[in-house]
Amino acid sequence: MVSFTLNNRQVSLDADPGTPLLWAIRDHVGLTGTKYGCGAGLCGACTIHVDGVAQRSCQLDVGSVAGKTVVTIEGLSPNSSHPLQQAWIVEEVPQCGYCQSGQIMKAAELLAKNPKPSRADIITHMDGNICRCGTYHRIIAAIERASRGA
Amino acid sequence: MNTIDTDLSRRGVLAGLGGMAFCIAVGNDGVRLMSQAQANTLANMPVTPWVRIAPDGRITILSAGAEMGQGSMTSLPLIVAEELDADWSKVAIEWTPADAKVYGYKDPFGTENLMWIVGSRAVQLYFTQLRTAGAQVRKVLIANAAQKWGVDGASLRTEPSVVINPANGQRLTYGEIAAFGTIPATLPAVDPKELKDRKDFRLIGKSVPRRDTPLKVNGTAQYAIDVKLPGMVYASTLHSPVHNAQAGIWDPGKQDQSAAAPASWNDAEIKAMKGVIGIVKLPTGLAVVADHFETAKAGRDALKVTWGKAKAAGFSSDKALEDYVRIHADPNAQAVKLEEKGDVKAAFAGAAKTYHAEFRSDYGYHAQMEPLNAVVRISDAGDKAEVWEGSQAPDESRKAVAKALGLKDEQVDFHQCYMGGGFGRRSLGDYAAECALIAKEVRRPVKLIWTREEDIAQGMFRPQSFQCLEAATDASGKVTGWKHCVVGDGEFLLITGIKIPYYGVPNQYIERRGVSHGIKLKHWRAVGHVFNTFAIESFVDQMAVDQGVDPIEFRFERMGATPKARKVFEALAQMSDYKAKRPDGRAIGISITERSGSLGAGAVEISLDRATGKIRVHKVWAAIDGGVIVQPAAAKANVESAIIYGLSSILHERVTIKDGAVEQSNFHDYNVMRMSDLPEEMNVRFVEADTRPTGLGEIGNPFIAGAISNALYRLTGKRIRHLPFTPERVLETLKA
Repeated sequence: MVSFTLNNRQVSLDADPGTPLLWAIRDHVGLTGTKYGCGAGLCGACTIHVDGVAQRSCQLDVGSVAGKTVVTIEGLSPNSSHPLQQAWIVEEVPQCGYCQSGQIMKAAELLAKNPKPSRADIITHMDGNICRCGTYHRIIAAIERASRGA
Repeated sequence: MNTIDTDLSRRGVLAGLGGMAFCIAVGNDGVRLMSQAQANTLANMPVTPWVRIAPDGRITILSAGAEMGQGSMTSLPLIVAEELDADWSKVAIEWTPADAKVYGYKDPFGTENLMWIVGSRAVQLYFTQLRTAGAQVRKVLIANAAQKWGVDGASLRTEPSVVINPANGQRLTYGEIAAFGTIPATLPAVDPKELKDRKDFRLIGKSVPRRDTPLKVNGTAQYAIDVKLPGMVYASTLHSPVHNAQAGIWDPGKQDQSAAAPASWNDAEIKAMKGVIGIVKLPTGLAVVADHFETAKAGRDALKVTWGKAKAAGFSSDKALEDYVRIHADPNAQAVKLEEKGDVKAAFAGAAKTYHAEFRSDYGYHAQMEPLNAVVRISDAGDKAEVWEGSQAPDESRKAVAKALGLKDEQVDFHQCYMGGGFGRRSLGDYAAECALIAKEVRRPVKLIWTREEDIAQGMFRPQSFQCLEAATDASGKVTGWKHCVVGDGEFLLITGIKIPYYGVPNQYIERRGVSHGIKLKHWRAVGHVFNTFAIESFVDQMAVDQGVDPIEFRFERMGATPKARKVFEALAQMSDYKAKRPDGRAIGISITERSGSLGAGAVEISLDRATGKIRVHKVWAAIDGGVIVQPAAAKANVESAIIYGLSSILHERVTIKDGAVEQSNFHDYNVMRMSDLPEEMNVRFVEADTRPTGLGEIGNPFIAGAISNALYRLTGKRIRHLPFTPERVLETLKA
């Protein structure tokens, strides 16, 4: 049994502590906004926050987050109200959309520690997250928009 | 659960069933709209509601636009809504069922109906049919209002979702009409002249937001990988590392099932693993089934298998490329003629000068972000199956599942899901058919997920190629003779984009020389255009340089560019100011490309790190003639996406095969473009055109290779002739 806080809710899972956190969240809990892309920490589609730090959930055992606070895209805001989510809509960022949960979670970490990032800061921070549809320029525009509070 | 509306509740849509329902059916003239009564008179004609108008004004329009990020899910119903003159805020969208007889378009290369959202087809092939369907429904609504008011329908007009009598200002909303209206047994005909004038469009050309966007910022968009059914178990497959394919597109019906089949494996060991439910033998692989995906994958990773011998055993992609050169040089090699115009022999015999160049390209992988997956549930009696998949061709997927299970197509229900990328890979249903075989054997609903490693190892690739081009010019430098030979596997995949209809070279001979390796190949965002356009446009540039003529001028004056080609080049020249001096260490290159009826001219500005061989693309321009643009914002996003896809494939991506097996396994060795390689600027312009819409999903891709290689020549005096332009290859080119 592994217990942790997930999106402001206490969860206790009857899962092997070695279960990748990604699959624990997706299949054991049933929150599917966090995506499987590579299973090897290479693409960022599974990015979530653990105690406020963006992590690749495919590379963490669920046992390692016992007692910690985990936030997924579903917990970032109620009703898509986070400034990044609003900016993502205004800039029409998503195409296939599959990587976007991870992109938004990674970007949310950036704005939490650096509310006014430069373009270079954004690129350095976001470079690990692949978007195969090539929406990178819109991701940058959306992060800049959110940081302006627009 | 097919409802994909964002504004309207599921309950509201269901309530809409109380209103008017229009149907479509297929006649000799293709898809047409018909009334429920009329449809019902046709024995065995499958009918399904297409447009429903509820008394509260809600309008449900079904979409055949499988959604992989290109926006067709929204664009297709919007075309119906335009002619229906619907209030878009009251429109909900649902997926159509996977029935091509009812919801397909007529195959432009055949006689059957297809639902394949491939080759940038959705808007261009559905456009007229959907406009007509919308106009017919509008006519019925007007007729009902006219009857109620006792006036001539011709005197009435509509505003979004309202019929108005201009004589007295009377109004009836579409919902109000639906409450009392009737649908005639025969729906009114619509003459093409009755369709809206372009200036009257309220939705087409207006950049209406895509309906899927809000679902894609909060994790609620449902991909097949997210589907969960009661009692569902998970499967992870391991396939023969050596592909098992025949020439052309992969077809499960054509495979030799003894080849590449698993012969023996550590069965007891895997079955003893905690959580493993069983192992299912598939035609070319094994599936480990377990209570959770991670358990199934652990079982899959622990498999030790002896495989049957497949055709591609021992295949080496590098060696094969050299074989292609020999095949080209062999006068007895079999060749398929693709184009013959004028008298090529005479053109070359009488040439003032001739040119010759060779090009090579490597295999490419789709690398869609969502690994291939499907969910299948079979009824207890075995007479009905349901499949959940994100598919570019739901009709094909349904067929593949039915075939695997020995059922009729009608016994399979297909549930469309969003696709985490498609790029041509998701149109066969091969993995859905595998999932069906597994579900049948374990008698439980199954979710099959290919690991990323499987997705690459079992990729269906853009074929590799060798190309030889020759040209003859007359005393004035005009190109009078043109020869192009492409050598490789993949039949029709190899030849897309090889013809040059945008140029007026009078004498042409274009051919393909085929081989067959047993490597799986597939459509891939413009596929053959990528390497063919690269070769063509590099070669044209080579001649322009040799003659000391401006590259666009050369295309106009010496390649005989068509008026349409001139138009996109002129727009490009204006946008990019390509003659202006570039900053130190930078150069610009240009190229033209055609795809799916659209024509585009593109340019890139690059710099080069001469120590590492890394090319950096700073700016990209594209001027495109895509006819009338239905959704400008989505179209622009589509072109930008294809530009990035092109840059990624040209600068980074390479599949190599050694000893019959793919050497790359994940994103550490199959490199796709990341944000740090993003150009500082991308400029996309659609030139003004009054012609029907043409394909826009791929047009941004094929010009990239030629434009970069031409820019590299201008920067370094060296011409790179082998895709992709990896840093190592650029260094080799600089040394040569």
